[in-house]
Amino acid sequence: MSNRSYVLDVAGGRRKIRVFEAGEGRPLVFLHSAGGITEDNPFLAALARRWHVFAPLLPGYGDSEGAEELRDMLAVTLHSFDVVDALGLDRPILVGHSMGGMIAAEMAAVAPREVERLGLIAPAGLWLDEHPVPDLFSKLPHELPALLFHDPALGERMMTAGGDLDDPKFLEAFIIRNTRQLAMAGKILFPIPDRGLDERLYRIRAKTVLIWGDNDRVIAPAYGDAFCRGIADAELIRVASAGHMVIVEQPEAVVDALTRLD
Amino acid sequence: MRFIWFNLMPWPDLPEDFREKYRSVWVDIPSALYDPVRGHEVYNTYLDQLEFAETVGYDGLGVNEHHANAYGLMPSPCLMAAALARRTSRAALVVLGSSIALYDPPIRVAEEFAMLDVISGGRLVAGFPVGTSMDTNYAYGRVPALLRERYAEAHELIRRAWAADEPFVFNGRYTKLRYANCWPKPVQKPHPPIFVPGGGSVETYDFCIENNYNYSYLSFFGFLRARRLMENYWQRVAELGADDSPYRATFAQIICVAETDAEAERLYAPHVSYFFNRCLHIHPGFVDAPGYRTIKTIQSEFLNQLARPNIGQAASLSWGELIERGYIVAGSPDTVRERMEELIKTLRVGNIICGIHVGNMPPEKTRHSTELFATKVMPHLRGIWKDYDSDERFWIHPLPQRVTPAPIATEAAR
Repeated sequence: MSNRSYVLDVAGGRRKIRVFEAGEGRPLVFLHSAGGITEDNPFLAALARRWHVFAPLLPGYGDSEGAEELRDMLAVTLHSFDVVDALGLDRPILVGHSMGGMIAAEMAAVAPREVERLGLIAPAGLWLDEHPVPDLFSKLPHELPALLFHDPALGERMMTAGGDLDDPKFLEAFIIRNTRQLAMAGKILFPIPDRGLDERLYRIRAKTVLIWGDNDRVIAPAYGDAFCRGIADAELIRVASAGHMVIVEQPEAVVDALTRLD
Repeated sequence: MRFIWFNLMPWPDLPEDFREKYRSVWVDIPSALYDPVRGHEVYNTYLDQLEFAETVGYDGLGVNEHHANAYGLMPSPCLMAAALARRTSRAALVVLGSSIALYDPPIRVAEEFAMLDVISGGRLVAGFPVGTSMDTNYAYGRVPALLRERYAEAHELIRRAWAADEPFVFNGRYTKLRYANCWPKPVQKPHPPIFVPGGGSVETYDFCIENNYNYSYLSFFGFLRARRLMENYWQRVAELGADDSPYRATFAQIICVAETDAEAERLYAPHVSYFFNRCLHIHPGFVDAPGYRTIKTIQSEFLNQLARPNIGQAASLSWGELIERGYIVAGSPDTVRERMEELIKTLRVGNIICGIHVGNMPPEKTRHSTELFATKVMPHLRGIWKDYDSDERFWIHPLPQRVTPAPIATEAAR
């Protein structure tokens, strides 16, 4: 299994992004959530045992640059196609988690002939009044584990790993990283994560697998049903003992579900 | 020196256990706590106070804009300024401001400000705040990372609309107008004086200095932090080669004056406590939506150790501590005079926004403090910057002949 991390020129050098690459076989592009993803994430390793995985970081995340020019959903969607082009891939399996799922679904709706296989893991992008998505932007750090994870204690250990918020240097780096990431995410998620995707879902032709943690307290499983109703060829798979961070809590179950795209 | 009498217009009836029962005075505070019948009295009382301030010699009357906020009940500051325009005759109407990135299209602000300037005969000071994160992002839904770009575009549109004598095409990213055409136009030429409230970001320093706008630092946390921030500002003025007229800068200060220091505490402490305990009870998650501040500003705050004071912290301070840290300037006229002189000179500010009504202060006390400051403090501070008296760039230029509203015509009089 190869394991690479590199910076890639996108759209003729207009943007530079970090890509993590691992595994071999059929190419699969993974689009991360608003929280970003690190190279050592076990879910990427689990994907790489089966596919040739490319995980690009959106501008604003890690050392990816060019966020100033990405202002809205269309710009982010087209940027993601630019990334697929820059990677030299032809219709890879497209998988996204949360915000990444919203972007993947937009790509499939905007260019239905370019996306044939689509894995949406607890994607954002729809809004149901009876199941409001909580306002994650105004949450305090200590409020997040209970929202994001089925097992808040596990979530807390995951989220505070690697640093001490009382150390001013770490705090500064943490605040700056968090601000850059969520400033970018806010362009498509703030104040409500709905940029009209429901009006475009009918265009999606891809074979689609939707994967949802049974105990998702951010984007309720009811949204899985809504996506299923909107996409012609979609199947919803629920994963037990998992919350919104289903890729962390049950990575193998998510990979199993995605094999339906093979 | 110039003095602007300012009232945030707080809701005076937040319950005793407000901090325990509610998480924030702003953004998600239930409007069930607002009673419009009581509100009728409150608004009119506050407007009376502003009008009174003119009669005792304040140079300006200040109003500002907040949304979903129980300590700032002016979602539309222009409405308040319009009410004042007819019942006052001399003072500047300092509208701090309209949050220009919140109006769609922002030419609305150019129009409303022009109306105020015309009605008042050239007495408008036009404030162009970016607005807080609570107001702009959480209450008004603006995407944090795009707010400053919107602001810059709105500013350009308003300035062009005031300057143009013919309709023009405005092809902005956020606003597209085939016929940008501002009727009426302001009395003051080329435009009313512009004040920009800032909180320490380098970009705002430069914006004000380059455009000759007044930099207004509106803080409830007084002196020490302000000193550092204003030092940085004046250093930037020097770096950009601008002159150092104190009229480039404004500072807001909570002020309480009584006959003696002890009397000031007795009269005003409960209302100051109401303000710091109940009014400033803000959920920390609403203070700074990610993307609201630029990375450059965050880095410079760390570098200069300008990290924002914990808003909740002030709630636990005693009267003496609030004075010592400069959060409030309070006491006898002598005490206040001395402290204000120090403040004005160290911050190098030509305008003071006087926060004399505080929290749930009743009208009699507000009037007492307002009058004492005007008669026993202000005269001693007036001449501090007399060498700069000829600097008229940052203040109003009213028409020499202004109309006085006629008495209301009645059937009988006709």
